Amino acid sequence: MNKEELKNGLILGSGAVIALLVIIFVFLFTKPHIDKTNQQQLSEHLAELLTPGSYNNNPASDSIMLSHPALGSDRALPVYRAMQNNKPVAAVITAIAPDGYNGDINLLIGISVEGEVLAVRVTGHRETPGLGDDIDKRKSNWIHSFNGLPARLMQAKDWQVKKDGGQFDQFTGATITPRAVIQSVYKVAQWYLDNQQSVYRQSGDTAK
Amino acid sequence: MTNIVTDKTIEDKTAYSRLIKDGLWVENPGLVKLLGLCPLLAVSNTTINGLALGLATILTLLVSNTLVSVFRSIIKPAIRIPLYVLLIASTVSVIELLMQAWLPELFITLGIFLPLIVTNCLILGRAESYASRETVKFAATDAIAMGLGFLAVLVLLGAVREFIGQGSVLADSAFLFGESARTLTIQVFDARHGLLLALLPPGAFIGLGLLLALKNMIDQSTTAKQVMPLVEHQSAHTAKEGTS
Repeated sequence: MNKEELKNGLILGSGAVIALLVIIFVFLFTKPHIDKTNQQQLSEHLAELLTPGSYNNNPASDSIMLSHPALGSDRALPVYRAMQNNKPVAAVITAIAPDGYNGDINLLIGISVEGEVLAVRVTGHRETPGLGDDIDKRKSNWIHSFNGLPARLMQAKDWQVKKDGGQFDQFTGATITPRAVIQSVYKVAQWYLDNQQSVYRQSGDTAK
Repeated sequence: MTNIVTDKTIEDKTAYSRLIKDGLWVENPGLVKLLGLCPLLAVSNTTINGLALGLATILTLLVSNTLVSVFRSIIKPAIRIPLYVLLIASTVSVIELLMQAWLPELFITLGIFLPLIVTNCLILGRAESYASRETVKFAATDAIAMGLGFLAVLVLLGAVREFIGQGSVLADSAFLFGESARTLTIQVFDARHGLLLALLPPGAFIGLGLLLALKNMIDQSTTAKQVMPLVEHQSAHTAKEGTS
């Protein structure tokens, strides 16, 4: 190896080390802030999905990872638990509607132990702008039509868009998107009502 | 002595104004060089998205051009490309982390296109063809001029697509400027009556094509008016820069 090559190698190597050090430094410097922001956003999201004042724990830090076909994913997803004096009052369930027009629609579903759907939010989607994206709270009020639905009393046929004989509005030009969201909320609500003991078991308890 | 200084200042001034004119118009990266088309077409669906990505690109370009120029004497030709890539990638990583910490909503909106600034050939192109052979002040000016040219196209395309597609002006401005900016948003007509095509990728291509045509039209009419052709400008850069 000649001298020139060695020198180039050294410059390249030290360049890589310096770049790495800079990124490590910035990463460590921003990490607490990023964590804080994420946690804060989560808390805000969760607060929107629960009845204010009905719980006195911090659901953002009281979660349990669960996986079930009804949640729409093979991976375990977090279920956030709202408690009043250690008594369960509601939960916010992370779920995926896998059959959107453009793939997965990520949902947060708030539901009370009595089986009332508190609220639903879309946290991520790739639906067609202007058609399917009315599921987004910023685009339309449609997502609020879930608020206060008595899931325990509703029949399977109610969980459909009006066009299919149900009680939900469809969007002009897009029925696949609302159908996917409605079906997902329906499945999650049923699963939650049937599995409350596993949702509220202690985190240390590993029994299924 | 004073004469030399004045000459130099005048020379510098012409060089600066040439750089700015090149970046914004004559050699505009979005409309003439057609560099960085992927983010340009993908993120220009609203004014705010365009503005945000444009600002992030200017910042990256400024940092990378400056550093490349500072280290141009120790960066040997054989290792320059990996070093440029390393430099640009590190800069983008740092910007990404800072944005995630302080502008989280925008970070989510820009999504994959923020890290993809690394692959924007505008940045590597300027490092290779300009910053590597000029002093820091010119390299930095060039970065700002080229970055502003790119930002202008992003914002213009974003504004047009947003208006035609969803009937709004400055939608989601709160993402970039905070809650108080919410009032900046004007909904001119209901989003439902918008032309969906404008928001989808084909609309971006059509919009960019129309902008290109508009620029060429303006150029032609100015050339027709002046007898002096633009040949002089073109010779300065076209030979050096590759496209991708």
